[in-house]
Amino acid sequence: MEALGLLLHGFAVLLTWKTLLLMMVGLVLGVFVGVLPGLGGPNGVAILLPLTFSMDPTSAIVMLSCIYWGALFGGAITSILFNIPGEAWSVATTFDGYPMAQQGKAAEALTAAFTSSFIGSLVAVMLITFLAPWISSFALKFGPPEFFAVYLLTFCSFVGLGREDKHKTVIAMALGLLLAGVGMDTVSGQLRMTFGSTDLLRGINFLVAVIGLFGISEILLTMEERLALRGHAASISLRTVLAVWKDLPKYWMTLFRSSVIGCWLGITPGGAIAASFMGYNLAKRFSKDQDSFGKGRIEGVFAPETAAHASGTAALLPMLALGIPGSGTAAILLGGLMVWGLNPGPLLFVEHKDFVWGLIASMYLGNVVGLVLVLSTVPIFASILRVPFAAVAPMIVVSCAIGAYAIQNAMFDVWLMLGFGVVGYVFKKIKIPLAPFTLALVLGSRAEDAFRQSMIISGGNMKVFWANGLVGTITTLAIVLLFWPLIDRLVASVSKSTPPAAKAEA
Amino acid sequence: MKHVRNLITIAAAAAAIFASAPASAGWEPTKPVEIVVAAGAGGASDQMARMMQAAIQKNNLLKQPVVVSLKGGASGAEALMYMKSSDGDPNKVLIAYSLIYMLPLSAKLPFDWRELSPIAVIALDQFVLWDNVNGPKTVKEFIDAAKASSSPFKMGGTGSKREDHVLTVFMEKKTGAKFSYLPYKSGGEAATQLVGGHTESNVNNPSENLEVWRAGQVRPLCVFDKERISYTTKVTETQSWNDIPTCKEQGLDVQYLMLRGMFLPGKVTQEQQEFYVDLFSKLVQTPEYKEYMEKQALKPIFLTGKDMLQFLEEDGSLNKQLMTEAGFVAK
Repeated sequence: MEALGLLLHGFAVLLTWKTLLLMMVGLVLGVFVGVLPGLGGPNGVAILLPLTFSMDPTSAIVMLSCIYWGALFGGAITSILFNIPGEAWSVATTFDGYPMAQQGKAAEALTAAFTSSFIGSLVAVMLITFLAPWISSFALKFGPPEFFAVYLLTFCSFVGLGREDKHKTVIAMALGLLLAGVGMDTVSGQLRMTFGSTDLLRGINFLVAVIGLFGISEILLTMEERLALRGHAASISLRTVLAVWKDLPKYWMTLFRSSVIGCWLGITPGGAIAASFMGYNLAKRFSKDQDSFGKGRIEGVFAPETAAHASGTAALLPMLALGIPGSGTAAILLGGLMVWGLNPGPLLFVEHKDFVWGLIASMYLGNVVGLVLVLSTVPIFASILRVPFAAVAPMIVVSCAIGAYAIQNAMFDVWLMLGFGVVGYVFKKIKIPLAPFTLALVLGSRAEDAFRQSMIISGGNMKVFWANGLVGTITTLAIVLLFWPLIDRLVASVSKSTPPAAKAEA
Repeated sequence: MKHVRNLITIAAAAAAIFASAPASAGWEPTKPVEIVVAAGAGGASDQMARMMQAAIQKNNLLKQPVVVSLKGGASGAEALMYMKSSDGDPNKVLIAYSLIYMLPLSAKLPFDWRELSPIAVIALDQFVLWDNVNGPKTVKEFIDAAKASSSPFKMGGTGSKREDHVLTVFMEKKTGAKFSYLPYKSGGEAATQLVGGHTESNVNNPSENLEVWRAGQVRPLCVFDKERISYTTKVTETQSWNDIPTCKEQGLDVQYLMLRGMFLPGKVTQEQQEFYVDLFSKLVQTPEYKEYMEKQALKPIFLTGKDMLQFLEEDGSLNKQLMTEAGFVAK
C-alpha cells in the first residue's frame, strides 16, 4: 500500500489555508466559465494560466485543476436548463436532462448530474491512485489499428443501439464525417474542401457546430411552438437532493457500468466524448423500459455524466504519465506544467512525487468541495427557468455568439454557428438525429487518420484489425454491436423455437 | 512586391544598427501583445511561447501583458494566413519555423514570408534519429536491419510533406533502405508510438523525445547536424546531448536544422520593428530563455536585420530544393 502512504503525504501538502482558498476560487471560476457555452474548461484554464506563473507548481496546478472540475460541473447546468452543451461530452446529458427540466424536474436533473459526475470522478481517481503504473503501460499498447477499432466501436454502437431509424442515423453520421474532412488532411498534407477560403482552413470546429445545432435550433423551435420555456422550477430543497440520493442504490448497475466505460475510454486519448455517448446508449440498451429514454428519465442523466467524468478524470493520467493530453483542457495544463519546469513523462511520478500526489489528492478534495458548492447553488441556477423566455432567449443567443467567437477569435465562426442553428432546426423537423452527426464531426478526422495510418502499416490489408487479441476483440465487438438488432432478434427467435423443437425430438 | 521587399530590407538594416543602442523612448505597444503559435497546445512552439510569456512577465520587459494565441489549424497554415491578414498590426508576433517555406510549396498556400516583417532568428532546432531501446544500437545496424526487414521499417513523424517526411526521404536516398512513413498529428504522439513499438523509429526534435529518452525507452542514434550538440550536462544517467554522434560520423550524410524565428505582420513601421528587435535581444539574455535553450537542446543563434534576411533567403532556397528533390512540391 505504498500508494496510500503517498496519497496521505499528498493531502498533507494540500491542507493549508492558502491552498484550500485557491481551490475554492478555482471552483467558483470554473463553474462560471462552464455555464457560458463555448467558453468551457479549455478557454477558462487558458485565460487564467498566466495568473499562476508566480505561484509554486503545486498551488498552481491545484487552482487550475479546480477550474477544470468547476467547468465540468458547470457544463451540465446549461445542458439541462437550456439544451446547450457547454462541453462536447455534455451532449448526451441533454437527451434526458433537458426533458426533465421541461417537466419541472430541473432540480432533480441537476442533482443527478452533479452527483453522478462526482461518482464518476471518484472512481477514476481511485483507479489512478492504485493502478497508475499499470495503466500507463496499457495506453502504450494503442497503435493506429487499436485507435481506429475504438472509434469504430463508438460509431457502431450508435447505429446498432440507437433508438432512431437506422438509415437516418447513418445519414447523419455520413454528413458529420463529410464536414470533419474540411481543412488540412494529416496523412497527405493537402487542403481539402476549403475552396480557397482562409476561414475554412482550420476546419469546422466541433463546439461551434454543437452550440448552433443544439442551442440556437432549440431557441428557434421554442419560438415556433410558444414563447415560453416549458419548465417551471418546482420546489428545490435539501429534500430534493436527499430524495435523489436515496434512489441512487437502485441505479448502481448503471453507475458502475458507466464508470468502467469512462475509465477505460479515458485512458485512450479523446475518449471522454465517446464515453458519454456509449454510457448513455448502453444504459438504454440494458434498461427494461427503453422507450422512456429521451423523455426525461433520470437514468439518462446518470449514465452519460458518470461516464464523461470518469473519463475526463482518467484522461489526466496519460497526460501525466505519457505527455499525451486526453482533452483540450489537459493539453493546456500540459503547457502549464512545462512552464513550471515539470516535464510530463514516465519519470514525473518518480522525480516530482510532491507534485503528482498533491494533484491526485486535489482531485479527491476538489470533487468533494465542488459537489457541496454546486449543490448548494442549485436553487440559484434552477431559478433561471422562472425568468420569462422573452428575457432569457436574447441572453442565450448572445452568450452562444460569445462562446462561438471565443473558441478561435473568429467572426466567421459566429455565422457558422447560426448556420448550424438552422441545420439543427431542419434536422429536428425531419427527425434526423443530431447526436450521430456531432459524434462523427468530432471523431471523424481522428478515425480517418487512424484508419489510413493502419493501412500504411499493413500495406492495405484489412487483417491488421485482427492482428492481435486487443484490436481483434474491439473490432469484433464493434461489428457485433452494429448488427445487434439482427442478432437480438435471431437469439430471441432461436430461444423461442428451441423448446418445442427439443420436445419434438424427445 | 519588390518595393515592399526593399522597404523591409531598409527597415531591417536600420533595425540592426539601432538594435545595440538602448531602447529609445520611441514606439511602445499600447495593447496586449499576442504571441501567435503555428501549432497545437503543448507542442514545441507552444512551450516556447509560454516560456517567453513567463520570461517577459518575470523580468518586466513589457508594460503590456502578453497573451499566447494558438492558431494551429491546418498544420499551422491558419497562423500564417492570420499574420498575412493582420498587415500593419504591431501587436502580433509569430513564432515561425520551417513551415513558412514548406506549406506554400506542399499545400499551395498563398503565402510568402517576405510579406511579413522579420524581427529575429532566435534558435535552431535539431533533428535526431531515434529508435526503440530494444532496437538496433548504431546507425549502421539500424540501416542494415531496415534493409533486411521483409516489411519496410515504420518511421513516425509530424504531419505529411514536412521536415520529418523530408528527412525520411533523404535517408532512403542515401542508404537505399525503404521506410514507410506514418504521419501523426504531433511529435509527442510520434514519441509514444515509438515507445509502444508501433513504429521502428522517428526523427523527432530533442524536446519531443526528451522524457522518453530519460526514462530509458528510446535510443538516440545520431543527430542531423555538421557538429554535435554542445550541451554536456548529463541528461540521462549516462549520456548528455553531446554524447550523441552526428549522422555524418556514423556514415549517414544527411543534415537538417530548423529555424525558430520571430516575425511581425507586414507594413509595420520601422520604429515598431525596432522595438521588438530590442525586446527579443533582451529576452534572449534572460535566465529563463537560457535555461529553456539548454533543456530543449536548441542551438543558440541570434540574427536580426540584414543577417537575418540573408539567412532566410538561403534557408528558404535550401528548403525549396529539398522539397523539390523529395517530390513534395504541389503542381
